[in-house]
Amino acid sequence: MSTDQRTLRSALNGPRRGDSLPRLLWKQRQLIILSLPVIFVFFFSYFPLWGWIIAFQNYKVAFKGSLFQQQWVGLENFVALFKEDTFLRSLRNSLGIGLLTIICSYFFTLLLAVLLNEIKVSWFKRTVQTISYLPHFVSWVVAANLIFVTFSPDNGIVNELLLRLGIISSPISFMGLPSIFWLIAAFSEVWKASGYGAIVYLAAMTAIDPALYESADIDGAGRIRKIFAITLPSIAPTIKILLVLSIGRLLSVGFEKIFVLRTPSTTETGTTLEIYIYDFALKYALFSKGAALSIFNSLVSIVLIVLSNFAARGLDGEGIM
Amino acid sequence: MTTKLTSAPKNTMLSTKTENLIFDSLNALAMLFVCVLTLYPFINTMAVSFNDSIDAVRGGIYLWPRMFSLKSYETILIKTSSIPTSAMISATRAILGTGLAIPMSMMLAFVMTRRDYVLRGVVTKLVLFTMYVSGGLIPTFLTFRMYGLMNNFLVYILPTTISAFNVLVMRSFIDGLPFELTESAKIDGASEYRILFTIIFPLSLPVLATIGLFVAVSQWNMWFDTMLYCSSAKGLSTLQYELKKVLDSASSMAGDTVSAEAAASSASEGQSGRVTTQTIRAAMTVISVVPIACIYPFLQKYFVKGMTLGAVKG
Repeated sequence: MSTDQRTLRSALNGPRRGDSLPRLLWKQRQLIILSLPVIFVFFFSYFPLWGWIIAFQNYKVAFKGSLFQQQWVGLENFVALFKEDTFLRSLRNSLGIGLLTIICSYFFTLLLAVLLNEIKVSWFKRTVQTISYLPHFVSWVVAANLIFVTFSPDNGIVNELLLRLGIISSPISFMGLPSIFWLIAAFSEVWKASGYGAIVYLAAMTAIDPALYESADIDGAGRIRKIFAITLPSIAPTIKILLVLSIGRLLSVGFEKIFVLRTPSTTETGTTLEIYIYDFALKYALFSKGAALSIFNSLVSIVLIVLSNFAARGLDGEGIM
Repeated sequence: MTTKLTSAPKNTMLSTKTENLIFDSLNALAMLFVCVLTLYPFINTMAVSFNDSIDAVRGGIYLWPRMFSLKSYETILIKTSSIPTSAMISATRAILGTGLAIPMSMMLAFVMTRRDYVLRGVVTKLVLFTMYVSGGLIPTFLTFRMYGLMNNFLVYILPTTISAFNVLVMRSFIDGLPFELTESAKIDGASEYRILFTIIFPLSLPVLATIGLFVAVSQWNMWFDTMLYCSSAKGLSTLQYELKKVLDSASSMAGDTVSAEAAASSASEGQSGRVTTQTIRAAMTVISVVPIACIYPFLQKYFVKGMTLGAVKG
């Protein structure tokens, strides 16, 4: 080993044979200090996990002792939960809204990306993209506001159009219809996220070799033919991975979205698991049951994520984690 | 192009041209439709917000106010204090939150790229797992209450400081910088702090702009933490939460005439003109969207890059 290399190794403080762990840690103390922000993760992500124990207790808010002195009830909360109709209904709503959202936002994001990719006038493409990002950057409160106004039975544009076209004879209160709440939730997501989501596909499309399109031109392939024969197959890995990943998030329907979009009349179809947890905690102060539900939700989500990660690994030989 | 012209038979070429024309026109129409669908609700809300309240109840306002009036803005910005105060809180949390999140995430991202660092794997896993494990609403609420974060401004900025996604995006970016920079600086005797803050930091401005935008926008848009932790502290209310309250109070969605006091929750008494929740709500929406709409178009090239980086590494 030359002197130069030795200086380099010691300068880099890299692990060397014969270095004991404490010595190594001391050598890298500056890096350890720079790692200190993990404290935030401990305090705000991991410590709250202690709260899971109240799922196995009959937690009383007014109780004066420590958390461990609360009454332990084992799995009682879980058993009681699984027997409830409202639990099954909210599970059904979560799955329903989740699936519908994935299908719709998948299709429309991809469609938007493909169509944007076909625009050859660059200023037009840029303008459309910039506009399509806007909903992503506003809060769900603002989005819900706009959606309520648009679908309002009083002068809402949708009702007005339908009335003028003679499709309906009197205004419909769309946001109060339990039967279409899933659709409203899914299409709100499409409206809010498609433009932004298209970025990933468009980035994948820039990697396609232009020679492919040129030879397709020579063969006389039309535009639509080229989309199906070149563009879509070329970005297939991206499509698959994003699909698999979104299945992992199936149960995380998006609490804020549902919270602001639901109305008292759409309780039946608009109560998802997350909303149900919120109701437990803040409406009825049933902390233990809510925590039990949180655990159930987390476990199912983790299982889904692990499964989808395996699936992604199978698809391209490389996982996400 | 020339190859195509010479090799393709004439009739196919013509039909290809026609097909192209039809496709392009339909595509342009579809894209215009997307723009209208996206923008119309915003423009309509703006038109309503600048319209006279009583007149707006009649409906029929689409892209432009029919009877121009600034009364709604006057009501929420001058006659009441709750909206300006909450907007200040929102802006403060956006600024402080970003100011805290950027250096903290940067530090973690930096040590995660150092292959020679013994604790690299531990730190990376600790940060990554937060994407998959969450205590859930109630345990988190109880823990934060235990920390004394109820009705405390810190609840806005501390818990969101480290986001796994942001750190990962930064890590991918720093990974792309030549390692020789760090190496040669080390040989010259620079400390790790110096390497991070005088070499890596200035080179990472594109990704910092991206993450800065993400953090600032999400801070500005948050309302749920206000509702959960700070709903009884009037001075800590955020703009989005005020908007949420107005949205709730106007659940009927009709242009119901109410006095300003009811609409903007703490309006002063005894006003002459009446405003409705409809226009108040519209004006508040406009106020909360305008800052974002003014900023994001200019940072576009950065966040597009950031999104792509994030997508590659998951």
